Amino acid sequence: MAAVENNEIRYLNPPTVDVRKKKYCRFKKAGIKYVDYKDPEFLKKFLNEQGKILPRRITGTSLKFQRKVAQAIKRARSLALLPYVTDLLK
Amino acid sequence: MIKQYETVFIATPVLSDTQMKEAVAKYTDLIKANGGEVVYEEDWGLKQLAYPIQHKTSGFYYLIQFKADPQFVNTIETQYHRDERIIRFLTVALDKNSIAYAEHRRQKGAAKAAAPKEEAAHAEEPEIDVEPESVEE
Repeated sequence: MAAVENNEIRYLNPPTVDVRKKKYCRFKKAGIKYVDYKDPEFLKKFLNEQGKILPRRITGTSLKFQRKVAQAIKRARSLALLPYVTDLLK
Repeated sequence: MIKQYETVFIATPVLSDTQMKEAVAKYTDLIKANGGEVVYEEDWGLKQLAYPIQHKTSGFYYLIQFKADPQFVNTIETQYHRDERIIRFLTVALDKNSIAYAEHRRQKGAAKAAAPKEEAAHAEEPEIDVEPESVEE
């Protein structure tokens, strides 16, 4: 650690300085308690282009709300508000 | 015991306006006849389906929120099954969060009907509504 303080470390390649933005659950942040299945435009944010549900690891949604989102998407699909399978959604 | 429910059904696009009203009246009457109470109804009109159902690509959507006995859900769903005009339906029980959301949505809808403004980016995000409160009469 002393070396760091003296600024004597030389890097061959400059160290990558990508500060990854922390993901957060948008429902917790915005205080949303209920995910509506009647709003397909909103639910599309949680789908990929084929209409598949995106994993939490990508959207950052908390587990509690991921379950609710999944439930809402499935309801919307059964009402033909969202497709089950498609190409080039969005 | 009385619970609050919400039901959406899709009717065939071949119905005329009066036939559609008849179908809606049938279900609202059914709710009332069984000791239920219609809290709110909303006509979404003719919408394009995301995928064909019974070779149809569009349908009339109609939303009814009602309070009724849990036993009644079976009754109304049986009626939906027997009705050839209905191509798809979904009945959902509402809990306290969804009731709060439903009320919020209703008020928002009423405000929009009163003053047709630009569409809010999204209904669910609690954005700060910058709608002017002072409406000149």
